[in-house]
Amino acid sequence: MTEIRELVKSLADKYGRERESLIPILQGIVLKENYLSEEAMTEVARELDLSAAQVYGTASFYSFLDTEPRGKYVIRVCKTITCDMHGKKQIVRTIEDLLKIKVGETSKNKKFTLLETNCLGWCHEGPVMLINDQPYSALTVEKVHSILVDYIKNR
Amino acid sequence: MSNGSILKRVEIIFTDYDKVNEIVDKAVKKSNTEIIGELLESGLRGRGGAGFPTAKKWEFTSKQVSEEKYVICNADEGEPGTFKDREILTQVPRKVFAGMAICGKVIGAKQGFIYLRGEYRYLLLNLEPELDAFNEYLKQIGQDFQIKIFMGSGAYICGEESALFESMEGKRGEPRNKPPYPTEAGYKNKPTVINNVETFVYALMICHLGAKKFKDLGTTDSRGSKVFSVSGDTPKPGIYELELGMSVEKFVDDFGDGDTKAVQVGGASGFCVPRKKFKDTIIGFEGVPTGGSMKLFNSSRSMFNVLRNYLDFFVEESCGQCTPCRVGCQQLLKGIEAVKKGEKPIAYLEQLLKLANTMKIASKCGLGQSVGNSFASIVNNFKEEMIY
Repeated sequence: MTEIRELVKSLADKYGRERESLIPILQGIVLKENYLSEEAMTEVARELDLSAAQVYGTASFYSFLDTEPRGKYVIRVCKTITCDMHGKKQIVRTIEDLLKIKVGETSKNKKFTLLETNCLGWCHEGPVMLINDQPYSALTVEKVHSILVDYIKNR
Repeated sequence: MSNGSILKRVEIIFTDYDKVNEIVDKAVKKSNTEIIGELLESGLRGRGGAGFPTAKKWEFTSKQVSEEKYVICNADEGEPGTFKDREILTQVPRKVFAGMAICGKVIGAKQGFIYLRGEYRYLLLNLEPELDAFNEYLKQIGQDFQIKIFMGSGAYICGEESALFESMEGKRGEPRNKPPYPTEAGYKNKPTVINNVETFVYALMICHLGAKKFKDLGTTDSRGSKVFSVSGDTPKPGIYELELGMSVEKFVDDFGDGDTKAVQVGGASGFCVPRKKFKDTIIGFEGVPTGGSMKLFNSSRSMFNVLRNYLDFFVEESCGQCTPCRVGCQQLLKGIEAVKKGEKPIAYLEQLLKLANTMKIASKCGLGQSVGNSFASIVNNFKEEMIY
């Protein structure tokens, strides 16, 4: 609790305590904690003098402001048409098999969460996925396998 | 279909990167009337898809009396099949900043923002130092204008300008009623120019090259060139700057794989053009407009799957604020699936087309209003694929 309080305070010091500061602050929490816990949102509400409902209302609107616990690495595979046409299903299956989780789930060691997402803006190089902020394009089964093995072993 | 006929490539957006400072220096010495006049003469219309005349937008905002005004660059590029803004921000970011700075001078704004979609956060690594350097340069030449980046967080609807303002204000990205328009009441209800990434670069380049060079390209209704994002069943996916006003047939001759059966122009919210209409369909404001998304589908593709994918997209991305869009998207998706499974009669497609039209009339913003574009153009042109 105190840790969250300090994080929220430092983010508010950085971005301000106006309503316009809300999203940058929430983003800052997600970068650090991987998701927005109830405690975090309540703390933001207190710090910015908003109602908790206003904070949750904003947070729950945005797909990158997760309000459910997420792993350290959130994998988002693009499911929009061009990636779908170019083999997104095999990519998802490869990740599921390797990490032993289904889409929407987080691995037991809390290292990975697998999600599907809408167009990531790499249609010319699909299929594509994001791992946190980093895009990986022109994926093949082999390529996604080696990327993930690297994350599993080295990060 | 003949292969190998190549459309003329235009080089405006990605060239003269070494001359940006020089262009800004010259532009800030021009009068505002001169700059607006040049833009008006060029015929430049917004490159995000809606196509509002850029000169008018700048002029309206410049005439507003307000202590605070804003310049916002819409980099919330979320339309399926569009990736040109990412390329522009990767290759020539300073040109975007410079276009914004000129706009700031014209309308009398001191603050600019780039609203960058959350999916492009990795770009910050390069954008931030570039922007710091440019802000510093503006100070050096005595321009009272600074730019900041505001990160989005994964919501397609925030590309709609009023939803984008709401988002920047820390709220849910729900579009506002219009009017008032942003030129009068935009971010924080202050007069705001909001333009697409590409529009700012063209505005800059028109200041540099003059209106004529731009105006000589394209057609009467669609002046100039545009950056296209080409994907799907094509041997050469990627970014291409082309003259507006070509027919879909010419486009397919250049980019098709010899077996193109349909081209989706303008993404999920755009229009599907079937092979029999390639010849007579113009890519531009007089025909099918596009924010740049061009997706080619060959005969191996199921147009039912394409439509289902788009509807699935809209169900997730509808902000849920107004009923026609929220419920309409869901019902269209359920409806085509029911027809496909034989749970509903073929005639049910007519009901769904009516619903799509109701959404066009009754939805609050461009999202709900344009779902019917792809829906009707796919269902009407590929009816048998919806059924069997």
